[in-house]
Amino acid sequence: MKQPLTPAIYGLMAEFENSTDLVKATRAAYAAGYRKMDAYSPFPIEEASEALGFHKTRVPLIVLVGGLLGGTGIYGLQYWINCISYPLNVGGRPWHSWPAFIIPTFEMTVLFGGLAGVFGMFALNGLPMPHHPVFNVDRFSAVTRDRFFLCVEAADPQFDLVRTQEFMVSLKPLSISEVPH
Amino acid sequence: MDKESLVRIESVCPGKMELAEVREKLSRAKSGPQYWRSLEELAQSDGFFEMLHREFPRQASVWPESASRRDFLKLMSASMALAGLSACVKMPLEPIVPYVRQPNEVVLGNPLFFASAMPFGAYATPVLVESHEGRPTKIEGNPEHPAGLGGSDVFAQASILDMYDPDRSQIITYLGEMRAWSDYGVALKGALNSQNAVQGAGLRILSGPTSSPTMASLMDQVQAAFPQSKWVQWEPVNRDSVRAGSQMAFGQYVETRYNLEKADIILSLDGDFLSSGYPGFLYYARQFAARRNPDLKQKMARLYSVQSTPTNTSGKADHRLPVRASEVEQVARAIAAGLGVAGGGNAKPEHQRFVAAVVKDLQAHKGAAVVIPGDNQSPAVHALAHAMNAALGANGNTVVYTESVQVKPQDQTAALKELVGEMSAGKVDLLLIMGTNPVYDAPVDFGFADAMDKVPLRVQHGLYQDETYDHVHWHINGTHYLEQWGDTRAFDGTASIVQPLIAPLYDGKSEYEFIFALVGSSETAGYDIVRKYWQDQIKGDFDTAWRKALNDGYIADTAFPAKNISAKGGNLPATNSVGPEEMEVIFRRDPLIYDGSRANNSWLQETPKPIMNFCWDNGVLISPNQATKSGLKTGDIIEIDVNGRKVKGPIWPQPGHPDNSVTVFLGYGRTKAGRVGTDVGFSGYKLRSSDAPWYAETRITKVGEGFHFAHPQGFQYIDFSDLPRGESDSLYARHVIRKATLQDFIKNPDFAHEGVESPPPEMTLYPNYQYTELKWGMTIDMNSCVGCKTCIVACQAENNIPVVGKEQTERGRQMQWLRVDVYYEGGTENPGMYYQPVPCQQCENAPCEVVCPVGATVHSTEGLNDMVYNRCVGTRYCSNNCPYKVRRFNFLLWQDWTTPQYKMMRNPEVSVRSRGVMEKCTYCIQRIAHGRITAEKENRKLRDGEVITACQQACPAGAIVFGDLNDPNSRVSKIKAQQRNYNLLEDLNTRPRTSYMAIVQNPNPELEPPEPS
Amino acid sequence: MREGPEEKTLLQDVPWPDEPPVMLPGETYGTVTDTIADAVLKRPIGLGWLSGFLIAGFFVMVLLVAVTYLFIRGVGIWGIEIPVAWGFAIINFVWWIGIGHAGTLISAILLLLKQTWRNSINRFAEAMTLFAVACAGMFPILHLGRPWLAYWLFPYPSSMGVWPQFRSPLVWDVFAVSTYATISAVFWYVGLVPDFATMREKAQHPITKKLYGIFAMGWRGSARHWKRYESLYLLLAGLATPLVLSVHTVVSFDFAVAIVPGWHTTIFPPYFVAGAIYSGFAMVLVLAIPIRKFYHLESLITMRHLQNSAKIMLATGLIVAYGYFFETFIGMYSGSTYERAMLQNRWFGPYAVMYWSLILCNILLPQLLWIPKLRSNTVFLFLISLDILIGMWLERFVIVITSLARDFLPSAWGHYTPTRWDWAIFLGTLGFFSACMFLFIRIMPAISIFEMRQLLPESEVKAE
Repeated sequence: MKQPLTPAIYGLMAEFENSTDLVKATRAAYAAGYRKMDAYSPFPIEEASEALGFHKTRVPLIVLVGGLLGGTGIYGLQYWINCISYPLNVGGRPWHSWPAFIIPTFEMTVLFGGLAGVFGMFALNGLPMPHHPVFNVDRFSAVTRDRFFLCVEAADPQFDLVRTQEFMVSLKPLSISEVPH
Repeated sequence: MDKESLVRIESVCPGKMELAEVREKLSRAKSGPQYWRSLEELAQSDGFFEMLHREFPRQASVWPESASRRDFLKLMSASMALAGLSACVKMPLEPIVPYVRQPNEVVLGNPLFFASAMPFGAYATPVLVESHEGRPTKIEGNPEHPAGLGGSDVFAQASILDMYDPDRSQIITYLGEMRAWSDYGVALKGALNSQNAVQGAGLRILSGPTSSPTMASLMDQVQAAFPQSKWVQWEPVNRDSVRAGSQMAFGQYVETRYNLEKADIILSLDGDFLSSGYPGFLYYARQFAARRNPDLKQKMARLYSVQSTPTNTSGKADHRLPVRASEVEQVARAIAAGLGVAGGGNAKPEHQRFVAAVVKDLQAHKGAAVVIPGDNQSPAVHALAHAMNAALGANGNTVVYTESVQVKPQDQTAALKELVGEMSAGKVDLLLIMGTNPVYDAPVDFGFADAMDKVPLRVQHGLYQDETYDHVHWHINGTHYLEQWGDTRAFDGTASIVQPLIAPLYDGKSEYEFIFALVGSSETAGYDIVRKYWQDQIKGDFDTAWRKALNDGYIADTAFPAKNISAKGGNLPATNSVGPEEMEVIFRRDPLIYDGSRANNSWLQETPKPIMNFCWDNGVLISPNQATKSGLKTGDIIEIDVNGRKVKGPIWPQPGHPDNSVTVFLGYGRTKAGRVGTDVGFSGYKLRSSDAPWYAETRITKVGEGFHFAHPQGFQYIDFSDLPRGESDSLYARHVIRKATLQDFIKNPDFAHEGVESPPPEMTLYPNYQYTELKWGMTIDMNSCVGCKTCIVACQAENNIPVVGKEQTERGRQMQWLRVDVYYEGGTENPGMYYQPVPCQQCENAPCEVVCPVGATVHSTEGLNDMVYNRCVGTRYCSNNCPYKVRRFNFLLWQDWTTPQYKMMRNPEVSVRSRGVMEKCTYCIQRIAHGRITAEKENRKLRDGEVITACQQACPAGAIVFGDLNDPNSRVSKIKAQQRNYNLLEDLNTRPRTSYMAIVQNPNPELEPPEPS
Repeated sequence: MREGPEEKTLLQDVPWPDEPPVMLPGETYGTVTDTIADAVLKRPIGLGWLSGFLIAGFFVMVLLVAVTYLFIRGVGIWGIEIPVAWGFAIINFVWWIGIGHAGTLISAILLLLKQTWRNSINRFAEAMTLFAVACAGMFPILHLGRPWLAYWLFPYPSSMGVWPQFRSPLVWDVFAVSTYATISAVFWYVGLVPDFATMREKAQHPITKKLYGIFAMGWRGSARHWKRYESLYLLLAGLATPLVLSVHTVVSFDFAVAIVPGWHTTIFPPYFVAGAIYSGFAMVLVLAIPIRKFYHLESLITMRHLQNSAKIMLATGLIVAYGYFFETFIGMYSGSTYERAMLQNRWFGPYAVMYWSLILCNILLPQLLWIPKLRSNTVFLFLISLDILIGMWLERFVIVITSLARDFLPSAWGHYTPTRWDWAIFLGTLGFFSACMFLFIRIMPAISIFEMRQLLPESEVKAE
């Protein structure tokens, strides 16, 4: 029995006209057992990522950790400065004037949380990534305008150039294109 | 200013360029003498003065104006500092003696102190001079001196700046060109030889008054050598009427000395014995303060003041009677009549109540009452005062008569008139002018300058190339009293040796050397002249006595003994008065610029004038009523016309000023004072004739408006009667000034704290800080304070505080760390006046500290509110949050970093602040540190009174007390324990370390309530 | 106008029948994309834009000159003095910061409230925030006596061993404002990334393509990316919301923490925040009305947006009015001498004119917004917005100046008059702000393209 040889391409890409078709197609592909695939759209579509079986993101956790670090860090610094490193009698106020210290603490929580989130998001998304195989498909540029794409990657164990193509045809896309490396 | 002149100056500054510039200038000018004058003119060409009088300085751009001025001054001074001034300090050659034997309880926290005395007019102000490495940097009062009692006055405090004034004359000139002293010697010899022939018939010496015994003897020698010569004394603010009055009363001139210690009742007839410059001011201020202590209960002294222009004295009075200067005599005669003194008269109906009460009170206190007439009152008033004092049995008790302190007293006006006559007649061949500036301040009817120009050889000896300088051939640059040997007498006759702290900065000659050149070698040093004189006077071991005299700052037992004479009554000629309906102009010496001789002293110029609190100008004072009547408001320019002579000046409505009269302060309108004093204000001398020296009939007409006074104090009324406001913002509600009458005080000693919310220290969320070691505090007794402003100048000198100029002061940027607020109460006709010195309150809960983002102001372990200049970034938040507004900010670069003289003058123990830094009163932390270090070296605790702040040391009334609050026996703790002690704005719970003693007045119940006006 | 799916209806902004829609019908993904992108890429530089930019540029020069002279001579060139040690610098600081707030409010708070109409105005509202904060940020540094030491306000280990004094509101300002600036910036940028991708694809010129490409970071609209992106966007909104409230609260602490009568009051934080949003929305309208006119965006920025903004101004304006009222009430009720004096001073004192014109601009005139006809009149909205901006500036003037000029000790009372340099720097920042806005609308999509696409009916995924 001879194995089908894995083609030297990144994957196959189907183009759709609207979000509904994309989501339908994605669900179908998932049902068909494809896992290594991705849906591309000009605006966020919750259902799409659900259909991909991508339910959880770690961004909130990163934000939480960042925020906690920032807050505790600045409060600790203030305590150390005012009570240990260089205590001063300022207008008869106590060294540990905690109500005053709350404000920088809050601000730093927000700052570190926010920045951690942003960098975390880009990191998880693997951005910046100047080039990606999907850009090799000329039609794909419309993904930033009004077109929706589903790309099944060759790396998927289920992937087979012929059968996957047939499967895609069954989704009635506007077009199907090979995604070269 | 015009760029071009700035450029010209820049080219003058560098030492090398100078000669070239001189040549260039000389060639440009017609004749030699132009040069120096043109430099002066340059000094004025920067448009700064024009800027001063610009209509809206607030809106005025901050384009180059103040910058260029300051830069300009720096450039100028750099150029003025001739080779004569080297950076290194020049010690005098002769042995001078430091103030080694210091009293046990007082260790003045400073390097070296020399006792000396400042000759001021005919009287000495005893001083201690602080010297850093041979540079005199600060004047202090001499606590040892019997006539000084430790205080000092504004003139003494500011005299240090006079010495370092870069505008001082620095060379000997002949027709404006530089000459050597020997050249003058030759010229003088020539002139004297011809005088020898005529016994000096053509020799005239015109000098200021003096009390110097040495000078007296020198003058005798001159008289002996040139029998026909004459010595004329002239000072514009003279005491001719005092002398005339004493002639009337005693047939001779005697010095009148008061002993307020024994006085229960004091009646001032326009006498201002509580102002700097009044002979014996330091002494009287102390005594008066002592007798005004309310704890004396019924023995507390009472002061009545019949006053024309409001003064410190009338401000302290329990009862004031504002009358025009010309009417004081009438009131005096009425009171005299009441006391059964000859020459009495009747009072106006509206004055009778006052007169009756005063008479009754005086008679009730025979032997313990005193009448003090003002120098600017008519001879008759003085004569009456002598008679009244006699009638009250004051002689020997509250009044002491001695021989004249001033040597060779004379009727100066008459003498000067005679001199002018002789000069015009061409009888004078050689005129020596010394220590006076007649071209500027001689009575206008004399035409002194023209007459003087007829004299073939005219020589001027002085500190400045002033107005008179323009009319002399020879100018000899004089020495400041800190640079010369000399002697002088205090108001009680106590003699002091004046010893130099530094060799003459510009190789000047002292008056002694100048005069001695007439009769002896022109090379004789002042030291030898003075020493020789005293060698003949002092019996016994001279060297010891000399050393002691120098050490103590006075020669023991030289005070004049009391004369046993009594005034003879007799009818007195009525002085020519001003018609009741006519407007009267009152001439008064300026409280700070004096007669104009201090015009170039920027410290004095910038110090707010006592009571009115404006600076950098002399206004035309007028009563608010009168102003409204004549349709005048603050800043209107009026023309004052005294039979044909006219000057223009800006209006200043002054509460308490009598109606139908205006006051003009003399001493302004200098045309050649130096870069500070020239063209500031207007000259009252242009109106002042010999027959009406103190008040004259006048007509005033409004000719302009929009003049702005620099008036640092925001608001002066306790009751805001003149604003459309409710009681809510009256000062009563703010409890700033707390006062009571003596009766109320006796009934309720705790009046100062009634109805005032003051949070107790334990009322706090978090524990208070404990100040275990030292805990500095200060009390200011507002009952003693006479509002003389000496503390301000002392602080300025001690702490290297810059001067900002009029325009900046007007913008509210004055830098003085200490201010003396003056509050009026009760209408504008005859308001009560209260003086309140406000330094940093050194709050324990300092609002300023909490808001500083960089911790540039924090508390020390001794509870001081420290200011860390180096850390300050200049957010000015601390000033906003300071309820007392005692913080000062360097909005621009005001410190003069370049003038070499100023570098020498500064106190090396106080850092010099630059632009963008906040500063404020530090309780003289440098002195505290000094004391602490000394104590630690000697391994002991600081003694009470060991650390004395500059303001405390300077205060003539001893109103300020500073010390350790942890020591229950310290003076300050004891005072704070008294019930009169209160804190400013204590409802804010800032817990100030500076506190005030409430005012207690001693009004005569018969005059209460004051008649409705 | 479409109906939203169930989970949205709760907060979904369903307009009244007579209300104009968020987007005019007839738009598609393509048209939306083109209208917005072409305004930047295709539209030539018009004379109007050029002249406007040049005028703005002139004032930027004025700013540079004024600041240079300021650094040479010191803050003494301004009208400030003792007692009024704070002047225009602080007034402008508070004013600009306030204006910034509307941007964050629109982009963050309205996002949380699912007010989808904000999608068409949040982009330039955020830009406005950034530029306003930049203007505001200048003043705390410029107003220092020694500006070259401004970094001493940041906590950094130094050889001096000294640190900032954390009890001072000015230090809080440093933290609040710098945080605010940073978060606003990243929020803005994150929002821009997908649109940069669009620009990347649409741009013709290779260099512009490259530049947009760099900023787009290779965004390819992957569903996984979108998921993380959305969750972050929501979190940022959640963080920015309390932040924006905290910032003006902290700014108000500059006054409330001090003891100066007229400053020391607890009403400040809420009414400062309200005032900030008040002036912020005014500025949004001042910008939106001309932009939508000149760039023909009426179909995307509809009367709906303008009216909603007007309503928000009306609401916040009333909160501000309540603030003024309570200030007065407490001043009287407290029985404090100083407070009462402060009020009398504001009403009858030397600056009474400022106070009463503030009441006119901020309270009386804006009441006209109750009239629906006026609410839909762009010219009127533009004018009333200007009026509110002036009013809010006057409010800060009254607070800063009158309170300082006459505080506790009458002997220390003073009078403040600004100099030409105060004005130069104020106008300079106005120039700087408008210059930035001019550049922004030429360089970046002034409206969030991808969020506009979401507003289209077809963006919804139809169920089977």
